[in-house]
Amino acid sequence: MKYIEEFRDRALAVKLAESIQTEARAGQGRVYRFMEFCGGHTHAIFRFGIPDLLPPEIKLVHGPGCPVCVLPMARIDAAIQIAQIPDVVLCTYGDMMRVPGGKRLSLMKAKAAGADVRMITSPSEAVTLAQNNPHKQIVFFAIGFETTTPPTAVVLKQARALGLKNFSVFCNHVLTPPALAWLLESGKDQSADVPELDGFIGPSHVSAIIGTKPYEIAATAYGKPVVIAGFEPLDVMQSILMLLRQVNSGQAKVENEYARAVTREGNVKAQVLMREVLTLRDSFEWRGLGWLPHSGLRLNDAFSDMDAEQRFSFNVEDVRENRACQCPAILRGAKEPADCPLFGKACTPDNPIGSCMVSSEGSCAAWYSYGRGRQGN
Amino acid sequence: MTLLQEKPLNIPQGRIDMTHGSGGRASARLIEQVFASVFDNPALAESNDQARLTLPEPGMRLAFSSDSFVIFPLFFPGGDIGSLAVHGTVNDVAMAGAKPLWLSAGFIIEEGFPLSDLDRIARSMAAAAHNCGVSIVTGDTKVVEKGKADGLYINTAGIGAFRAELDLSAKRVQAGDAILLSGPIGDHGIAILAHREKMSFAEPLLSDSAPLNGLVEHMLASGVDIHALRDPTRGGLATTLNEIAKTAEVGMRLEESAIPIRESVRGACELLGLDPLYIANEGRLIAFCPQAQADKLLQAMRAHDKGSEAAIIGSVVPDARHWIEMRTPLGGSRIVDWLNGEPLPRIC
Repeated sequence: MKYIEEFRDRALAVKLAESIQTEARAGQGRVYRFMEFCGGHTHAIFRFGIPDLLPPEIKLVHGPGCPVCVLPMARIDAAIQIAQIPDVVLCTYGDMMRVPGGKRLSLMKAKAAGADVRMITSPSEAVTLAQNNPHKQIVFFAIGFETTTPPTAVVLKQARALGLKNFSVFCNHVLTPPALAWLLESGKDQSADVPELDGFIGPSHVSAIIGTKPYEIAATAYGKPVVIAGFEPLDVMQSILMLLRQVNSGQAKVENEYARAVTREGNVKAQVLMREVLTLRDSFEWRGLGWLPHSGLRLNDAFSDMDAEQRFSFNVEDVRENRACQCPAILRGAKEPADCPLFGKACTPDNPIGSCMVSSEGSCAAWYSYGRGRQGN
Repeated sequence: MTLLQEKPLNIPQGRIDMTHGSGGRASARLIEQVFASVFDNPALAESNDQARLTLPEPGMRLAFSSDSFVIFPLFFPGGDIGSLAVHGTVNDVAMAGAKPLWLSAGFIIEEGFPLSDLDRIARSMAAAAHNCGVSIVTGDTKVVEKGKADGLYINTAGIGAFRAELDLSAKRVQAGDAILLSGPIGDHGIAILAHREKMSFAEPLLSDSAPLNGLVEHMLASGVDIHALRDPTRGGLATTLNEIAKTAEVGMRLEESAIPIRESVRGACELLGLDPLYIANEGRLIAFCPQAQADKLLQAMRAHDKGSEAAIIGSVVPDARHWIEMRTPLGGSRIVDWLNGEPLPRIC
C-alpha cells in the first residue's frame, strides 16, 4: 500500500535507529526531551513499539494534542444536559461517549438512562438525521483540532442551504498554536509545572490544514526546533533524527518531514471555509492547561441561530476533577501515566476516571493498551 | 398439500403483521410456507413441539451452543443475517471438533417486515444449512410491534457430536504450543462497516462468513494433537487470544508481520482509526498444537479451501500475567490487550 508500507519498513527503521543512536551519543550523556504534540503520534509510538528502538538519551514527552482529552468536564456536562432535553438528538464521535463528566456521568450512561445520543463517524450523518426527523432537534457535538473543523464548517453551510431549522452545533473546536505557545511560555517559567523541552514533533494532519507557518514563532521567539511529522512510524523516527541534528548543531527552525501532505501555507481553501462560519472565542478552557486566550472557536454571528449554546440553556456547576487523577499534569507533559496512582488500578479503559484513559490518542490509554508501565493484567 | 397451503401468502408484496405471531392460522401459514417448506427435513416434518433426534453412533459426546444475531444491515456483501446465523452456530459447535448435526432457529420479527425479505433470508438459511450438512429441526417465530425491534433478529442453537476420546479445549493450551490462524483477519467487520458507510474498494471486500466444520474435519484427519480451536468473532483475534490466555493461564508471543490481513482491510482500518486485530471474523479459526506438529497442521489447513491462506502467527509461553505480546514489523514490541469498548456495534 503506497504511503503506508514504505513507512513501516523494518530495514529502514533499523538504519534510522542507528543514526539516532549515533546522533544522541554526540550529546555525551545529555538527555533530549522532545514533545510529540499530537495524540496520533503518541498512539503510533506505542502501537509500533518505537521506544524499544530509541536510545535512553531520548525522552519522548506526550503533549496535549488529544481533542477528547483536553475537553474540560464542564463542556461534557453541558453536552449531557443538552442531550437530556426532550426531543433532542445529540450526535457525537464514539470516543466522546465514554468520557466521564462531573459525578462520573458520561454520554453513554445518559443514553442508557434515556437520552437520545447517537454515535456518528461523519458530521454529515447529523444533517441527514435532521432532514429525516423534522420534529426532533439534532445537535452535533463538535470537537477536535483544526483537522476536524472544516467538516463542521461544511455541514453548517449545508444545513443553512437546506434551510434546516432543527439542526445546531455545540462547538468545542480548539486551536493548536495557542496551546503550543502556552507550553513554550510556561516551559520558560521555573515555577510552572511544565517541563522544559528541547524540541517538538509537530502535528501532521493539523499542519496539512494550517501549514507550517504558525509554528515558526517556536523557533524564532523561543529557540525551539519543530519538525512536522507524518503519523507513520518511520515519519516519527525521521523527525526525531531531524530534531537531534538541529539541537546538536545549535539550530532552531521549523522543518517539514511530512512534505507529502503539508506546505508552509496549508490548505487555504479550508482556512477560508472555517473563517466563513466560525470565529475565535475570547478564551476557552483546556483540561490541564486552563483558560487559554483565543484558543477555541464558536459559530460566528451569521450562524449564531445554529449555535446550540444560544438555542438551548444549560446550567453547569463547577465540577472538580478527581484529585488523584493526573490527567491535567499528563496533558502538560509534567507527568507520565505511570506516575498516576490510579493508572491501571482504579482507572482502566473499561472504567476510565480521566479522559486520557478514554481516547486511543490519550497517553494513558496508549500506555495501558500497549503495555507500558503496566504491572499485571 | 394441507389446507393452509391452499391460501398462499403474498410473498412479493406482503408484510408481517401482528397476526403472524399470534399462534393462530396466520402463524401456521407463515411457518409452513416460509420456513418449513425450505428447511424441509424428517424431524421438522413431524410437526411436534420438539424435534426428536437420534445420535449417529452410541457413546458420542455432544457439543451444544447458542448465538443471537442482530446484525445491521440484514443483507451485506458476502452474506445475510440468515447464512450468518447458520455459520455462526455451526462454527461454535465445530470448534469442539464436533460434527454439527442439528440447529434450532428462533425469529423475532418487527411488524411491517417485508415477507419477500423474510423469504429470501429463510432460503439463505436453508442453503447455508445444506452446505454445512446440518438440519434446522425446530424453531419459533414471534412478532413485536413496529418500533420495538429493528427488522429481524435471529437466534440459533446447535448440537453436534464428537468421539468421546477427542478433547479440544482452551484449558489444554500450554506453553510450547504454536498458534495458527486459518486466513486473513478483519474481512467481516470491515465489509459490514464499509457497506454501512458506503465506502468502496478497488476490489470489492466480502464478509468471510463461512462454515468451518469442513476445515475442522480435515484438520482432525491430519492426526495432529490439536489442543484447542476457537473462532475469533466479536472482539477479533486480539480478544479471543486474551480469553484463551486467561483460561489456560499462559502468555502468548505474536509476530505482527505473520498475521495475514488484506490490503483493503488494512487500508480501511488506517482510514477509520481501527486496529484489524479487534475486528470481527465469521469464517476464520485459531488452532493450538504442539510446536513440533505445527508445520504438519499448517499443511493440512492450507490443503483445504477454507484454510488456503493459513499461517503460524506465534507461540504460547509461560507468563503469570497472561499477556499477549507482539513484535511489531519495526522490531519493537507492544502488548495486545482485550478490546476496550465497542467500536463496531451490531456486526453479528
